[in-house]
Amino acid sequence: MAFDAYQKREFKLVGTRVPRPDGIDKVTGRAMYGADPVAPGMLVGRILRSPHAHAKIVAIDTSEALALPGVKAVVTGADFVLPQDAFLADIGENAMAQGKSLYDGHAVAAVAAISAEVAKAALKKIKVTYEVLPHVTDVDAAMKAAAPVVREGLRLESVPDGAGGNVTHFCEFGHGDLAAGFAKADKIVERSFKTAATHQGYIEPHACLASVTADGKADLWCCTQGQFNVRWLCSELMGMEASQLRVTPSEIGGGFGGKTTVFIEPVALMLSKKAGRPVKIVMSRDEVFRATGPTVSTSIDVKIGMTKDGRITAGEAKLRYSGGAYQCMTVEMGGQAAFACYDLEAVRTQGWNVLTNRPKEAAYRAPGAPQAIYAVESVVDELCQEFGLDPIEVRIKNAAKKGTKSSYGPTFDDIGLMATLEAAKKHPHYTAPLKPGQARGVSCGFWFNFGGNTCVTLNVNTDGTVGVTEGNPDIGGSRASISLMAAEELGIPYEKVRTIVADTASLGFCDVTDGSRVTFAVGIATIRAARDAIKKMCGRAAKIWGIAEEAVEWREGAAHPAGPNAGKFPPMTLAEIAAVSFQTGGPIAGHHEVNADGAGVSFGVHLVDLEVDKETGATKIQRYTVFQDAGKAVHPDYVEGQMQGGAAQGIGWALNEEYIYGDDGRLQNAGFLDYRVPVASDLPPIEAVILEIPNPGHPYGVRGVGETSIVPPLAAISNGISRAVGKRLQQLPMSPPRVLKAIKSA
Amino acid sequence: MVKVLLWGSLRAHTDGQAEVELEAKSFKEVLDKLAEAYPGLRPQIERGVSMAIDGRIYREAWFTEIRPDSEVVVMPYMTGG
Repeated sequence: MAFDAYQKREFKLVGTRVPRPDGIDKVTGRAMYGADPVAPGMLVGRILRSPHAHAKIVAIDTSEALALPGVKAVVTGADFVLPQDAFLADIGENAMAQGKSLYDGHAVAAVAAISAEVAKAALKKIKVTYEVLPHVTDVDAAMKAAAPVVREGLRLESVPDGAGGNVTHFCEFGHGDLAAGFAKADKIVERSFKTAATHQGYIEPHACLASVTADGKADLWCCTQGQFNVRWLCSELMGMEASQLRVTPSEIGGGFGGKTTVFIEPVALMLSKKAGRPVKIVMSRDEVFRATGPTVSTSIDVKIGMTKDGRITAGEAKLRYSGGAYQCMTVEMGGQAAFACYDLEAVRTQGWNVLTNRPKEAAYRAPGAPQAIYAVESVVDELCQEFGLDPIEVRIKNAAKKGTKSSYGPTFDDIGLMATLEAAKKHPHYTAPLKPGQARGVSCGFWFNFGGNTCVTLNVNTDGTVGVTEGNPDIGGSRASISLMAAEELGIPYEKVRTIVADTASLGFCDVTDGSRVTFAVGIATIRAARDAIKKMCGRAAKIWGIAEEAVEWREGAAHPAGPNAGKFPPMTLAEIAAVSFQTGGPIAGHHEVNADGAGVSFGVHLVDLEVDKETGATKIQRYTVFQDAGKAVHPDYVEGQMQGGAAQGIGWALNEEYIYGDDGRLQNAGFLDYRVPVASDLPPIEAVILEIPNPGHPYGVRGVGETSIVPPLAAISNGISRAVGKRLQQLPMSPPRVLKAIKSA
Repeated sequence: MVKVLLWGSLRAHTDGQAEVELEAKSFKEVLDKLAEAYPGLRPQIERGVSMAIDGRIYREAWFTEIRPDSEVVVMPYMTGG
């Protein structure tokens, strides 16, 4: 697409804190989430999951389950014909095992029955004969030549000869002469880091209701970040035409990337097809942890050289990521992001994806970047300590800026890293004296953002109100932001606009709500749909006035004669034009379809003050401030919410959250009692400082803000703890036992 | 002719060159010419790539114009959460 370039303007509505349109429904319990839909004759679906990390499925006998009164259908991997496409086949294989259980919790069969009790009893009647195979869950162990091979045949052409059997992908990025760069350094630090797989921790478990009719049509209601993606994946796995499957998204109780794919939806559809009745599946929390997508687990080596005055001379990182038992490209994102905050003459990152007997990775805010940047920012901090340099001054000295050749290739345009660093340096938090026992951590962060395929319809109602129809589930306040942009462009009050999220039969294709894309891309489509409607309304006014359409202009919510030569007519407001629309040519609507590009990268800087209990190893976060380049903040409440939410999730990732596997390869902590996310009492008020550096690729200067905020907390907190205990922490999470060990070894 | 920068691991399929020169005036022409000149790149191109043109990242934009002096960087296909 051609860029709809940013033009500086004064906003009347954009940038204000209007009430959120979903607030009342959500606080009164009226909002319809994934588990809420019901249908006549609906059955309950339940899934049988493997208790083995790695096992051959020798046989599945479903006869006793099928004979149980009340059981209407049973599904196994044999019911699915997987597509040839490797990506789609992996999605299907993950939804229902095909001959092998690849991780603890892998679905091996499913039933549909008249009640939950009958379904549960039926699962017990299914007899699965397993041949248990050696397993591997640790990424470094899986890299070794002697490791059990999780799956054959996934290795891409990118993998160099000699790699272990579980390596499926290799990537490399960078530029410059590393050896020459390191030769210029006064000090080189090399460290190795590990990060645990973490879960997005959304409150709402996956849930769906599927209804397949005898004539081959189907409806699917589900909680998802992208109903069009669900339609594509499920129609491919079911062998259906896309038009025959309508997917309607529910309200969503959190996603953070984890609801960008399907798990139970194809299973519910297949059960419904076989039973001839609607089938609902709602995951338990145990199933969410064991069988949906956590992040990659990683092992990372970083080497950085620095002069004694704080100039980085070279940087190198080796990243080993595991996305579970499936092909996974997240390491590419980590490899590109690792050094993106810095202006470097010599930089190289290398990445390997490694198979392990873990569930299939799903995206989680800025997938791949938090881990890589945690490792790099930890070493930068150690070098700052080594030379006694101020950590923000060092980052300013090395910061990427307009004209910098980025570590992943392109030359940066207008970016906001320097502005966020300067803002952090000047903020009272940074100069506030630390109390005895406290320490302060700093980290930068980066994320790409993108745009993507987007459709918007904007209907002008005869009473002067406006309905905007978009196709992206609202996980971060997009309905308010879209309504604000529509109202701004049309020149009408915010309250006159209602934005809804449509099903897949009601609008053209929209990419998933991910990549921090919605306010940016749907915003562009909304602004252009509004302009399309304005053009039509100017045309109606021109007809009424009997003048040329070109002689009419739109301002302040009304059509005006463009100049004295156009004639003297009183302005016609949107409401006045809409009121006579049936008489002047019919209903008025604006439309726009686009594959938006130019999202603009985003940077953030986080400051944290913390205290470590030297007896228990527990860390208390005492003050936290987020600085982020948000472009134009369309609805500052939501922007601040994204910044605070990312920080809160990052605090959990840094301090407590991890997938813990036993020697048997089974997940040990599949529940919120044992997998500890931060609760309110763990968190201080998180101050959000929005920097508004306009994105040149958006007419209002908007950038995505949803992901960058989860990138810096890992290193910011690790840097703070390392300074507090006098020992560099090199593993996440920094749970009390791990910190206590560091204290004792300091 | 336009200079096209490739990410490091793709050099294995371009005789070790990190930067190649092609006659191309659009996003799609770059990919077509790359796959033609370096068949080893075809699997990656078919899986999907992004392209930064003068600092801006495009995911699928066949007709985006490329000038002879444009900075063109082939990147992995962007994903997010």
